[in-house]
Parts: sequence; structure tokens; C-alpha cells
Amino acid sequence: MTKNLRVKSSEYIDETNRISFKFNGKTYHGFKGDTLASALLANNVHLVGRSFKYHRPRGIMTSGSEEPNAIVQINPGTNRTEPNVRATEVEIYEGLEASSQNCWPSVEFDIGGINNFLSPFFPAGFYYKTFMWPASFWEKYEFFIRHSAGLGKSPTSSDPDIYDHRNIHCDVLVVGAGISGILAAKNAAKNNFKTLLVDEKNELGGSTVYENNEFNKINNKTPSEWLKKEIEELKNIKNLEIKTRTSVAAYHQYNYLLARENLTDHLEAKDKTNKIRQRLLKIRAKKVILATGALERPLIFNNNDRPGIMLSSAIKKYSEFYGVACGCKNVFFTNNDSAYESALSLYNKGINVEAIVDIREQSESKIVKKVKEAGIKIYWSYSIVDTTGYKRLNSISIMKLSNDGTSVTGSKISILCDCLGVAGGWTPAVHLYTQSGSKLKFDEEKQIFLPNQNTSEQVSVGSCGGDFKIDEILKNLNQKLKDTLNINETDLDSIKVEIDQENSKRNIWLLPSDKPLGKTKPFVDYQNDATAKDIKLALREGFRSIEHVKRYTTTGMGTDQGKLGNMHALGIIADTAGVKMGELGTTTFRPPYTPLTFGTIVGRNVGKFFDIFRRTPMNDWHVENKAEFENVGQWKRAWYYPINGETMHQAVQRESKAARESAGILDASTLGKIDIQGSDASEFLNRVYTNAWSKLAIGKCRYGLMLNEDGMVYDDGVTTRLGENHYLMTTTTGGAANVLGKLEDYLQTEWPELDVYLTSVTDHYATASICGPNSKKIIKKIIPDLDLSDESFPHMSFKEAKIGNIQCRIMRISFTGEQSYEINVQASYGKDLWEKCMEAGKEFNITPYGTETMHLLRAEKGFIIVGQDTDGTMTPIDLQMDWIISKKKYDFIGKRSLYRSDTMKEDRKQLVGLLTEDPNVILEEGAQIVSELNKSPVEMLGHVTSSYFSPNLNKSIALAVVRGGKDMIGKQLFVPMENKNINVTVANPVFYDEKNQRLNA
Amino acid sequence: MFLINCPYCGERDQQEFKAGGEAHIERPKQPTELSDDEWAEYLFMRKNIKGVQFERWNHAHGCRKWFNMVRDTSNDEIKAIYKMGEKPPAQ
Ligand SMILES: [Zn+2]
Repeated sequence: MTKNLRVKSSEYIDETNRISFKFNGKTYHGFKGDTLASALLANNVHLVGRSFKYHRPRGIMTSGSEEPNAIVQINPGTNRTEPNVRATEVEIYEGLEASSQNCWPSVEFDIGGINNFLSPFFPAGFYYKTFMWPASFWEKYEFFIRHSAGLGKSPTSSDPDIYDHRNIHCDVLVVGAGISGILAAKNAAKNNFKTLLVDEKNELGGSTVYENNEFNKINNKTPSEWLKKEIEELKNIKNLEIKTRTSVAAYHQYNYLLARENLTDHLEAKDKTNKIRQRLLKIRAKKVILATGALERPLIFNNNDRPGIMLSSAIKKYSEFYGVACGCKNVFFTNNDSAYESALSLYNKGINVEAIVDIREQSESKIVKKVKEAGIKIYWSYSIVDTTGYKRLNSISIMKLSNDGTSVTGSKISILCDCLGVAGGWTPAVHLYTQSGSKLKFDEEKQIFLPNQNTSEQVSVGSCGGDFKIDEILKNLNQKLKDTLNINETDLDSIKVEIDQENSKRNIWLLPSDKPLGKTKPFVDYQNDATAKDIKLALREGFRSIEHVKRYTTTGMGTDQGKLGNMHALGIIADTAGVKMGELGTTTFRPPYTPLTFGTIVGRNVGKFFDIFRRTPMNDWHVENKAEFENVGQWKRAWYYPINGETMHQAVQRESKAARESAGILDASTLGKIDIQGSDASEFLNRVYTNAWSKLAIGKCRYGLMLNEDGMVYDDGVTTRLGENHYLMTTTTGGAANVLGKLEDYLQTEWPELDVYLTSVTDHYATASICGPNSKKIIKKIIPDLDLSDESFPHMSFKEAKIGNIQCRIMRISFTGEQSYEINVQASYGKDLWEKCMEAGKEFNITPYGTETMHLLRAEKGFIIVGQDTDGTMTPIDLQMDWIISKKKYDFIGKRSLYRSDTMKEDRKQLVGLLTEDPNVILEEGAQIVSELNKSPVEMLGHVTSSYFSPNLNKSIALAVVRGGKDMIGKQLFVPMENKNINVTVANPVFYDEKNQRLNA
Repeated sequence: MFLINCPYCGERDQQEFKAGGEAHIERPKQPTELSDDEWAEYLFMRKNIKGVQFERWNHAHGCRKWFNMVRDTSNDEIKAIYKMGEKPPAQ
């Protein structure tokens, strides 16, 4: 079986550099410059995978990124393994390992191949129809589907590679470095445009660098000779950056493109370490020149998917560029002249071409004559009706095609062959073009979709713009460059081109067989195993929209997005439904053009950089003192401080008791702070809070509740009047940015007449909050000369003071119900302040407490936490906070909504307290509440929003929202849990110190 | 990803901006005078046009200024950008 099919040296293959690699466990050799595909073909390996649904043996079909079949797993079993890689794009290196996917136990013997014989039972929509019912069987279906469908394996350990992102701004981006792209980039750069040229391959020049058709000449040279000189000259051009191995994945609006630059995938493992593997380029270009080329179309005929059946252009590339013969007995099947170039290419290298089967009646071009002269047999007006060979093609059968192309006649001729090149014409690669939002139109004569209406400054040149002949390409390119770049002359003005003019084409989307369609397998989408008969079935079943047919038959839904077969699918639909292709439109081509790794997408945002986080100035102290942390918005907040192996519950119980019995200290630096200044500051607060602010004296603090315009509670916090026209507002930790945004919105758009300025100062201050009966004594120790008497410094007031030389603001406000002082200093002094407080509080056993204890202490007092006890559907009245709504103010944000019929309903969910019958049972937050047991279905009255065991009350307490709860005080309700029902009693939400006596204790 | 010409900063990437819904909906000056239906009209009803739409945008990660944009939602063409308080361009 092992045979060397390396035919003639190629300048792109370094035969002095022999490389060994493994495929499916077997060692093979190739050369530097080979792709995995070319190296396998040189070893006469065609069978590389199994198809998705029927597990039919499949071979390498193409030589590029459009490959549907040769999908492999790279370096299986290692942490660098990657599934779904196209063998046609993998450059081989020493030590490379690859394996087939989608087959078990091996590609040679695949158990799933039995699906092929069962295929009459797998029609289009099979999965939809079969696995729909009964629903309880889904688990079994899923098991079956997952086991038989192989999409490769993800790595199981973390990715060892580094990925990167880079922003690029350029005047001109040229996508594709074939002849059009190279000339476009060269002329743009020469005219002082900052130009970037990218190509997915490792070599520049596209297909023209191996274009040796003797009848085509540019300035009396073959196109390949001429272009190689142009490429050589690129090196000396300023303003031009060239990136190879760089595939544009997405083309968004406003000329924003994403490209993946591959930096180490072609290197040996030892050369990959500590290098960036792939880089995502975020390109913003003033102008985009698309030179993405064209993809050769296959032909759709019975059993057109056997290993050994390839695109004619791929056979030519393997022969000319890689120096590899794809077979020993080659046949071509064509509807145009392209196949003749491939045939001649093989012939000139001494490779046997058995015949050319051409569905046209004739062609008079020079190249056809040349093929005739070479003695290669041409079957005019013939079509292939069947092929044989399970794991490798071994023969084709042909018959005469009727004049209308819908049937075959006469006797069957069989031709032995091991490789068949199919040439169905060319499809412009307009994928990126349509991604940009630009619109296509169908060219009935050429039977292709062409760029029509551009949405941004862009132009499609070369074959992606519909020009296929070299004279056409260069002439139109010249004019397009002048128009796009706004220049008067180019290098192309003086070029002389000769070409072989004749190139007729006969387009038949689905070629007939002597068998009825139902008995044939003409594959349209190789990767997803969709055949022409599946498409016709979908139409018979009533599907009309191309998008629906696509989803029903899965045509074009593989990782290759149907790059090869989409046009045929459209053509077959159009022919069957009797409509014009142009009216059908195309399916949407979505990014990425070729698959991207997750690494490329996330770049450096991995590990601790995955999401940004914020730390308070006291953070180091918390870490040193073994605090556990919780995430609150972006903040890392101290959650609790376990000592001597305490559980969270034990630590919180201890912290809570200490705060009420002596003194506790909390890092409150994360609270949002907004500095508000301006002569209308008081009026502004009147409009944004529900309560009145005009009469708040300087030096006093007030709690405020902020609503949305729909009347629902949005945020809360204490605001202090620092001066006549100066306030400091605090917000919830998580709400700070949104509150500032909302206030700015009102100031800028609804009330621009107000003289008010808002500045976020959250990060400017560090805040230590000391609470408990001994808090006053601790403050006294830190600031001995400050008058702390209740007369001079009462609850809800503020003083400026100095700790040593450090200026501070002290607010006497409380979120725990204890006498409490919040000291604010410039952030850089935060840790110093904290340590001073700890030192001064030592004799009172000052206890640092975290967010969990803070939540518990405030719950004992029935204070809400916006976002925990509220969820965007609670009005202040629902929260039993009617007292905070000013009756006198004419208007404030959300006021009108409090008088809507819906918000005034009596049976809205209202905030209440819940006490469990057994005081040791702690309810689960989120648990549902009902009034009746043993009823089904039963109305959910509400749910538990906060729940704790209170060490100060020695029983469990909970806050809940309950429908009509306000009038249920004392009533018994139930919280049904998985294993038991918990009896609860509705209570007043203030559980502790209802008269607020401790504030001044 | 749009390229948005902030009237205060110039062209910036879309990720610096936040969309703020339909433009030119003025908050009623006397909400208490409105019926429930009239208030609901202001509060809840927003257009979602396929075609030319007037929108509010905020340069949230830049100068924090609000401005208006005229955008064709069918192809995302930004037809005009103007400051708050300025008259919308004639269509
Ligand atoms: Zn701005």
C-alpha cells in the first residue's frame, strides 16, 4: 500500500529537510513545506476520515481551508491537542501526530459504517422526526447520538500556550495575497497608504505562483514567473506590512475586521514554548480590498464522495506546488476548461491521465487542443453515473448525457481509475463580503453571486469580484484601484497580457444517473452527509425558505459552513421549485470564516485576568488576617475572618455578638461615593430621592431611597451635606456605576438647566466603620480632641477631624443598629487608619467583621439590601417604607408610578419577617412560601430573601416577600422543602431593638 | 462594531459607548396631571423600527456625555450624530 507519489521537485518543498510524523499511529515521512494532506497523499493515503451521519469513508478533497472531509485531531492525548483541524492547512513538523476523528474503533474499520447501509432510514430531518418522541426517551437518544457522532475531543488539561490580541489601524487592508491582492497592496503602499496585506497561507501568490498554462502570458512571461518577481519587489516597499498564516475570521460593519495570526502552529513542540501561539488582530481599516479568490465547485453525481475523488484544482496544486501525484490513474470530470489545465499539469510531469469526461458538447480552446494532441481521451457530453471503491476509488461508470442534461442514454462505459478530479466551475469567495453587511446579486450568465452594494469603503477584486480570466482580472483591478484609492496611475497601466480566450461552461447542478434519484447518493454537503435527495425531500415536505431547507437538511451547517456545496444546494432548490437562483437569495455566511480557537478569542484574559477586580486599600490587612473573600460586583470584599479553624457559621456568630456587645469594625470602602456640587444640588437631590432634602442642615446626614421611573426601588444610601452647595452621596457597592450613570442621564438630558456637577469619588476614600457600645471610646482614643457628645455629634451627623496630620470625615451613621462611626480618609491612608483603629480597639476586643456579619446585623434590624431583598419589582410601599416618601414634593423620579393601579394593589408582594416554629431551623434563601399544604397546584405566595441564625436573639430570623404579607402578621405559613415542610409565622421585619435605643446607648 | 463619532471626543470604537434607547421622549413636566394610560405611554412604549431610528447614546467609557444618533437599523448606517438639545436633522 505504501507508495511514494512524490513526482518532481517543487521549489516550495525542501527535500533536504525530511520530517517524520504520525497519522493514526503510523509513522510517515514528508518534507518541510508539506501540509499534512500533501504528505499523506505523497504516501498514497487518501482515506482520512468518516462522514458524520453515514460514517462513509472520506478522503482529502481540497488543498485549502474549504476542506470538508480531512478533519483531524492534532496531537491527540496531549494538552496541545486540537480537534476539527483541516489536514490541508496543517504544516507538518517533526513529531506531529494526527488522527482521524468521527470513527470508532478505527478509520479502516468503523462500526458506524453500518449507518451507510441503513441510510434509507436516515432521511433529511431524521433527527427532528425520530428523536422528538417520546420526550422521556431523549436521554437514550442523546447517548446514542453522542457516541456515534464524533466531533473530536477537547483537551482535558489547561492550554499551555499564550495568546494575544493586537489592535491595528491602517489605511488599506488587503485580504488575500493572490495576484490581485499582491498588486493591490503594492499599488496602495506605493501611493503612501499605510497598507496591511494578509493571507491565510504561509506563502504569497495564491494559485498564480504555480500557474503554468503556456497560453497565458503577462509581459511575455508565464503568470507564475511574472508574479514571483512582483512578490520579490514587495520586500522593498515602505508602508506595507505583510502577515502570512493570517486568516480573516470576521468582517464587521465600519471596516472592523478580526483576523487570526498563526505564529507557532507550524513549529516543533520545543520551539513553541514561551511564544505567542496565535494572535487576534483587531483591524480598523479606512478601506478594505477583498482579494479572497474563488473556490472550485465540485460536481454533484452519484457516489461522488469516495476517497480519491478531489477537486481538479487541488490535484493541480498538489502536483505543481507540492510535487505530489494524487493518483496513478487519473480521470477528470468537468464542465469547463479548468480540468484541462490540471490534466496537462499531470501529463507534463509524466503522470498518467486516463481520460477527461466533459459534460459539454465541445470546446475549441487552445488548451483543449493541446490535451487532444497529448493523446488523452476526451468523452464529450458524457456524465459519471456511478463510482466504485469503498475505501478508495477504483472505477467510474459514464453514460452519454441527453441534450437537456436531465437524463443519460446509451451504454455504460466503465473506466478504471484511482483518482478523479472534478471541476464544476468557480464560486467567488464572497463570505467576508456578505459578513460586512454588503449585498450580493446573482449573475444568471455566470451562475455566481457577485458583490453588488457595498456598505463600507471596500472593493472586491480578482476572482472574488467575478473576474476569472487573467486579462479581465488585471484590467478591472487597475480601474478598481484607481477608483478606490483615488489615484491616476498604477503599475498596471503598462502591462501586456495574452490569454487563451475560449472557456465555455455548461452548468448542471445535479447530474443525472441511470438509477432513480432515490437509489443514488449524490452528496451536496460532504461534512454533514446531505444529499440532493435530502434537499428534494425537504422541498416535497413543504420547506421553501433556503434558511429552513438548510436547517432541516443540515446542508452547510458543518464546520466548513458548506463552502463547497452551498451553491449546488441553491441550484437544486431553484431547479426543483422552478424559481430563479437570484430570487432565492443565499444563506447567511456567519463569522468565523474558518474556526477560531478559544485561546485566540480570550487572548490574555485568562486566569486572574479573566475579569477585572478591585481591592480596597485595607486589602493586605484582610489577607494577612486570613479573611475569606467574596465578590461583590468587581470588588473583592472580606466575607468573614475565621480564627482557629472556625466554620463560616461559627465566625459569623462570634463576629455578630462582638459587634453588639463591645465593638466591631468593617471595611466599608467599597460603598459607592458620588461628590455632588452646584447651586442646584439640593433641588437635584429632591428630584432623585423619594424624601425631602431642602431642609437638611449642613453637617447632617440622611438616608435616601432612589426609585426607577417605574416606581421600583433602584438604590439606597446615606447622603451627607458637606456645605451649602456640596453633598456626598453614598450608593450600594454594586450599584455605584449605574447610579452615577442614571444621575448623569437625568442631568444631561432632562434637567440641563440645573447647576449640578457629579464626580465619582469611590476610589478616593477608604472607609472604616466602627460600631458597638464601645465605638465612641475607640474614636476618642484615636482623636482625643474631638467632641463626641451626643449633643455635639448626634446620630446622623458629620464632622471633619484630623487623625495626626491626616484629614478625615467622620459620619455617625449606622447600618447595624448600634452606635456607629464611619471614618473616611484619603485612600492611601486606608490601611494606616485601619491599623490605628485595631490598635486603639484592642482593649475593647475590637472584632473585624465581614460582609456576612454585616448582612446578619442589618437583618436583625430589618434593614433592606437593595438587590437581595428587592428585585426590581418592589416599591417603597411594598417594603413597608411609606415613611420615606415625601407627601409634599410635587415630583421625584418614580413618584407618578406609585399611583398606578398596579402599584397600588393591596395584594402585591410585601416585605415581612418570618420566624420558624423551631428557632433552630434556618430557612433557605430563595425558598418558596405557601399558605396551604397538600394542595396541588398550590399558589406560591412569595419567597425568602434573607435568612440567618441570630446569635443576639438566639433564634433564626428571615426576611421574605409575601403576597399581601403586610396584613398577615402572626399568621402561620409554610415553606415546603424537598424532605419536609417548615412551619413559619409572619412577623414584623424589625427583630431587634425596635425602638432604636442602642443608637445612643 | 460601529465607529462612532462622539460630538465631544471624535471617532471612537463602539465598545466605549452604551446605547440608551429611543431619543426625543421627553419626561412629562407634570406627571401628576397624567392618566395611567398617558403615563404608561411615556414609561413603557418604545418604537423598534426597521429603518431610520432616532436613538440616545452615551460615551460611557469616555467623556460620559449623552448625545443623539440617527441610525438605519436595517444596515447599521449612522446617518447623523448631534448633541442633546440640538434639533434633529430633517429626514
Ligand atoms: Zn466623548
